[in-house]
Amino acid sequence: MDRIVVGAHYGLKDWLTQRITGIVMALYTLFMAAALLAGVNGQEGWRALMSHGFVRFFTFLFIISLCWHAWIGVRDIWMDYVKPAGIRLTLHSLTAIALIGYAGWAIQVIWRL
Amino acid sequence: MTTRTLQFKIYRYDPDKDQKPYMQDISVEVDSTDRKLLDALVKLKAVDDAISFRRSCREGVCGSDALNINGKNGLACLTDLNTFPEGKPIVLRPLPGLPVIRDLIVDMTQFFKQYHSIKPYLINNDPPPERERLQSPEDREELNGLYECILCACCSTACPSFWWNPDKFVGPAGLLAAYRFIADTRDQATSERLDNLEDPYRLFRCHTIMNCVDVCPKGLNPTLAIGKIKAMMVKRAI
Amino acid sequence: MNPTVRKFDAVIVGAGGAGLRAAIQLSESGFKTAVITKVFPTRSHTVAAQGGVAASLGNSEEDNWHWHMYDTVKGSDWLGDQDAIEFMCKKANECVIELEHYGMPFDRLDNGRIYQRPFGGHMSNFGEKPVRRSCAAADRTGHAMLHAMYQRNVKANTQFFVEWMALDLVRDAEGEVLGVTAMDMETGEIVVFHAKATIFATGGAGRIYYSSTNAFINTGDGLGIAARAGIPLEDMEFWQFHPTGVAGAGVLITEGVRGEGGILRNAQGERFMERYAPNAKDLASRDVVSRAMTTEINEGRGCGPNKDFVLLDITHLDPATIMKRLPGIREIAIQFAGVDCIKEPIPVVPTCHYQMGGIPTNYNGQVVIPGKRSQNEIVPGFYAAGECACASVHGANRLGTNSLLDLLVFGKSAGETAVETLKLSPKAHKDLPQSEIDRALARVDRLNSQKDGANVHETRLAMQRTMQKHAGVFRFADLLKEGVEKILEVQKDVQRTEIKDKSKVFNTARIEALELDNLIEVAVSTMISAEARKESRGAHVRNDCPDTAECPDGRDDKNWLKHSLWYKEGNRLDYKSVKLTPLTVETIALKKRAY
Repeated sequence: MDRIVVGAHYGLKDWLTQRITGIVMALYTLFMAAALLAGVNGQEGWRALMSHGFVRFFTFLFIISLCWHAWIGVRDIWMDYVKPAGIRLTLHSLTAIALIGYAGWAIQVIWRL
Repeated sequence: MTTRTLQFKIYRYDPDKDQKPYMQDISVEVDSTDRKLLDALVKLKAVDDAISFRRSCREGVCGSDALNINGKNGLACLTDLNTFPEGKPIVLRPLPGLPVIRDLIVDMTQFFKQYHSIKPYLINNDPPPERERLQSPEDREELNGLYECILCACCSTACPSFWWNPDKFVGPAGLLAAYRFIADTRDQATSERLDNLEDPYRLFRCHTIMNCVDVCPKGLNPTLAIGKIKAMMVKRAI
Repeated sequence: MNPTVRKFDAVIVGAGGAGLRAAIQLSESGFKTAVITKVFPTRSHTVAAQGGVAASLGNSEEDNWHWHMYDTVKGSDWLGDQDAIEFMCKKANECVIELEHYGMPFDRLDNGRIYQRPFGGHMSNFGEKPVRRSCAAADRTGHAMLHAMYQRNVKANTQFFVEWMALDLVRDAEGEVLGVTAMDMETGEIVVFHAKATIFATGGAGRIYYSSTNAFINTGDGLGIAARAGIPLEDMEFWQFHPTGVAGAGVLITEGVRGEGGILRNAQGERFMERYAPNAKDLASRDVVSRAMTTEINEGRGCGPNKDFVLLDITHLDPATIMKRLPGIREIAIQFAGVDCIKEPIPVVPTCHYQMGGIPTNYNGQVVIPGKRSQNEIVPGFYAAGECACASVHGANRLGTNSLLDLLVFGKSAGETAVETLKLSPKAHKDLPQSEIDRALARVDRLNSQKDGANVHETRLAMQRTMQKHAGVFRFADLLKEGVEKILEVQKDVQRTEIKDKSKVFNTARIEALELDNLIEVAVSTMISAEARKESRGAHVRNDCPDTAECPDGRDDKNWLKHSLWYKEGNRLDYKSVKLTPLTVETIALKKRAY
């Protein structure tokens, strides 16, 4: 049977998520560029910057956005190129685990500062 | 009458005798009355009657003769012979991404299946009135740039998203048609139409690459229509 | 080997306007219907119609079907059957409104109603002044209409056989039609479509001429098939030359351009139509305008280096109007004439456009032929509609926008009649006569095995040049006589055409050769019918029929107010009377035709 089943209903949510997370990442990039221009320098400088609660929160938001954005993008690539369901599920799982791992690790690093 | 010789490189494949497709070098004499690529193709067929391609109206409204011309999709009957650079062969291939039946003729089943999947007909369950359903000129104007589609498939077969998922992504032509009915004030099935498209593949495989806009021989803009569908979905969700 | 037989209640050949309209009727009635078409339905040539469809909706000004009927009878030069014309004009509003309900995107007036524009020959108050009767979707009315009807068929789940070519009719010993044989173009397989109702909607055959507005697919397949099965063809001498085909390219420029205010000018810049039709001017009937243009060119007032075209001028119109009402025309002018019509006039010449004649039918869409009991005996199981049929509503000349109306009204009525007949018909199909199936197979076999034959392309070209020279806008007695001999010579070549490509899969060379078999029947019938008709009427104007008191403008009602019927067998001509009595109103009496 080769019936095409569609209607998973998460298309809009994912599309919106990618746009919103994209905006967060763009704003964070601008913020970092501004920090660089303002002369933030060396480990001391960065550590001082990161000690602000707002900056930590913003960075946290950035990491979550990055991972979520990447999840949708990478998953779409698997969906486009990998057709067998078993392999695709494995790849999805590995991607998700890796991204969660990265996020956890990055957050841990920030909070350690 | 002045004549000149045109060089072609044409994709040839006859499943009856060819193991696999090949590119054939062939040339043809054209004269000053031959203005369009289709005129040259007709001349070619007079020389070699086995060269196969579709054609009908020869004025760009029937959508039969869509080809991949020097790497870009277009209609043979609207492609001016003068636009080709001198001294270089004209490379003709079938539309990319669809199975080839023979030479320049592709199997368009998948393309039409997607068109049919969006319910391409007006849905209005009110009993039809005696006279026409009224529509203001402004509301009618919303359909401009949508209803003119000739289903030539230049757009969908230029779309990488359609290449990867022709069975699941509706493609620019089908989505343009979907919006044509969504935008029609006489149609009552907007919600169902949006439901039908709210899927990671059917609509959202459009990554605004805009090849469709680039190749449309009628100057239509499927990407814009797709954007409007997405905007309606967002509006509906919030 | 015997071909596969597939059984249906009804089979429709052709998926243009008439075929799709009939298909809606049958599919929505639940009958098992097959629609056979050479091209995907939306590629049928109805798609190229531009200007509009006539209906006396009266959305912009007072109008009624009586006026429309008068204009159509007058336009036909009284050769149209008045019962069919009344039927069509009366049904026009209903059919156009139905289309609107199907979703057709008509242009709109400020009050929300369908936009209507003036068109040639459509007048108010029995020929007084032009009236806005043509319902339009910009200058893409045919496209909008064909897509709307295809879409309606998608909704009705109609079964299409796309890229199948009908080969021959299956007719049993009693003359009843039992279906058609057809070839799947993709595989070359031949199948018999066994049906209780066979509806032909195969369109015109403009490709018999060298210069034509018609598509490549307009090869008169239905006419050739019918002629081979012993059905006569009616009024084939009447061919409409559209005044405004793009010079050189032949692509159509709608009469709607003149409806929106366009003017024809000769080399001196003169609006010459004022001399030929002082009242209707550029919006006179098409045959009148085409002859005026040809006269201007013949008398040396043509434009260009060879003085072989005239100009269609809309540079005085507001560019916004052109962009809104004639956007497709501007594209065509740029693409095929190399001019932007906002700034420059378009070079145009009269170009073969429409076949008024065809398979003889009554207004119910049933094919009728002379028999023992009457001139119009019904051929059981056989229907025809649209350009391939001759009801006859267009007589000797068709009015613009009446063709889209014709295919709507008669597509629907053929469908309705078939449905009513099917309801009463027995469950079982009649037996297929083997000889008829063999006939189609033999034709294909002949082509496949032909050696040292004639080249299809060259033979077709010879036919087209013969028709162009010998049966053009004006007809000359000696040229017609010579033309008959020449076209019969060409016919001999058609009987021995040879294709080099003998492959099975999508063999378009074979299709073109089979199409030529059909074209030649149309060409021969045209030439022979034209040579025989010794009068001038509508589109058929002879040099040897002078304007006299008895025969105004050469029209000889005493001897020639009758329909021609051409039979393939022996190239025999027969005639039948014109139906001058309408269904409910009084006869529109004969009078001299002036615009």
